[in-house]
Amino acid sequence: MIPFSRNNEPKIVKPQNPIPTDSPEWVKCSNCKSLIYLKQLKENLNICPKCNYYFKISAQERLKLLIDENTFKELFSELRSVDILGFDDGKKSYSQKIAESEEKTGLNEAIITGEGFLEKHRVAIGVMEFDFIGGSMGVVVGEKVLRLAEYALAENIPLIIVSASGGARMQEGMFSLMQMARTSGAIGRFRNNGGLYISVLTNPTTGGVSASFSFLGDIIIAEPGALIGFAGARVIEQTTKQKLPPKFQTAEFLLEHGFIDKIVERKFLKKMLGKILNFYERGFKYS
Amino acid sequence: MNLLPFEKPIIEIEKRIAELEKESQEKNIDLSSSINKLRKELEEELERIFSNLTPWEIVQVTRHPDRPKTMDYVKYLIPDYVYFCGDRLFREDSAIFGGLGTLDNQTVMLIGHNKGKNTKENLTFNFGMANPEGYRKALRLMHLAEKFNVPIITLIDTSGAYPGIEAEEHGQAEAIARNLQEMFLINVPIICVVIGEGGSGGALGIGISDKLLMMEFAVYSVISPEGCASILWRDSTKAEKAAELLKITAKDLLNFGIIDKIIKEPIGGAHRNQKAALQKVKEEIILSLAEIKAKFGDSKEDLLSGRYRRFQKIASYDYVSSKVAEKTED
Repeated sequence: MIPFSRNNEPKIVKPQNPIPTDSPEWVKCSNCKSLIYLKQLKENLNICPKCNYYFKISAQERLKLLIDENTFKELFSELRSVDILGFDDGKKSYSQKIAESEEKTGLNEAIITGEGFLEKHRVAIGVMEFDFIGGSMGVVVGEKVLRLAEYALAENIPLIIVSASGGARMQEGMFSLMQMARTSGAIGRFRNNGGLYISVLTNPTTGGVSASFSFLGDIIIAEPGALIGFAGARVIEQTTKQKLPPKFQTAEFLLEHGFIDKIVERKFLKKMLGKILNFYERGFKYS
Repeated sequence: MNLLPFEKPIIEIEKRIAELEKESQEKNIDLSSSINKLRKELEEELERIFSNLTPWEIVQVTRHPDRPKTMDYVKYLIPDYVYFCGDRLFREDSAIFGGLGTLDNQTVMLIGHNKGKNTKENLTFNFGMANPEGYRKALRLMHLAEKFNVPIITLIDTSGAYPGIEAEEHGQAEAIARNLQEMFLINVPIICVVIGEGGSGGALGIGISDKLLMMEFAVYSVISPEGCASILWRDSTKAEKAAELLKITAKDLLNFGIIDKIIKEPIGGAHRNQKAALQKVKEEIILSLAEIKAKFGDSKEDLLSGRYRRFQKIASYDYVSSKVAEKTED
């Protein structure tokens, strides 16, 4: 089930990009240091063919991977963050940070929301983008998740959210903390009305995002090796003065402790989701 | 009394008052007019200092050991309090306290973070930093409040959920997430008062409410100023600057519409006059309960949709089209 052997385990947990080399066609794995042919890496869905390390993939790539071709319709893309606090750390203002992330990712925010078909099942889907300020949740991420849950409820379709986030966006202060409440409230309403919510946790899912909508899935699936947890490992080490156990806060650790349903390899994720949606759709319907 | 750095100017006045009092007693002479004059001066000085505190100074006031803690509120507000233990899953976590009792002729469920007054208490209560068990106990007691059909009062005073190995093993994130979700569905009124430190998700974990009140010198923040400083500048000593950036004071949060009301503290802060602070909080909670009752009556549906809408409003965003509009204006 767990795809790597004992002596071939990825050591790095935090999300990494492959290291560029002199040749544009080759990169180096930041985990096992072996040279990888870029084309082969892409074909392998951004997973190192040698050591099985999961490099992150962009939100768009993820959508392409999960949603049937030409069926995705984006929703709520018009929302854009504002610098409510006037946050400036002296190096870069928050507004600048947003502008740079927009440039870098081609997105308006750290999540894409919309609807589409997954193996012919109509779903509401949200996919987070780690490269947009660490996938952090500010007002717009919160608002989009909230609206998506309300949309799924109104349309009576299952909801899938793929998380990749370091947590709350501190540049929005208490507004970002309140998004934990808002998203959880909206998801609670959806689930309480019989809605099916599948949460997919990818590397990393931590802090305020893990402690809100990510852990509220009726079914929770994680990618192998993903860093998942509430507090940062460094903070825990400093507070407890204890050595952290091996695999601490990885998907495997969470599976062992009973907090996720399954670890599913990237290449099988769509199939697994399709299977579950199929079971759901074939369920006995009252009404 | 533990003196905060910015409280120094008042030592001198307090010393002079003490001297005069001693002299008046020893020599049996009436110095009350000079003493009263000094007392007035002291009050004015305190007023001056405390109305001009910086966010970082407010953080220090809010962490003051003499500031009333949840236990003090319980004793003062609810003399017949009965507390309950355990999450029914793993263990008792006394970092969060909860139980039933009578407040002003009304049975209430009071749940709060338990910060200690001294080292011994702090070790027992884990400095008010709850493990998942604490959040699960809190939720269990909220469901109990539903069964009794009594309002819930939560008191927030924590630097955050406990960052520990076991806490992670037992699902800290799941416990908080579940509380956030379920508290929107608890069909009795919930009033939350931030009495001290509102530390991030650990505070919010018992903080979903129909009314959110905040003490004048309490703070509520997505991350501690020290934590923010160490992320931004890799230097936790720059916490003072971070405290300003994060906008964590009651005044800021009232302006943002995140809290409903500021509870005024006695002159010089709650740590100088505990009883006055406790009484004020008591009055404000009673007032809020009456307001919720007047607003929603007995309709549980209205109560829950009101709670949902209350949070739905906490958003501030722009539309992409207006960004385009800006560009075309250029």
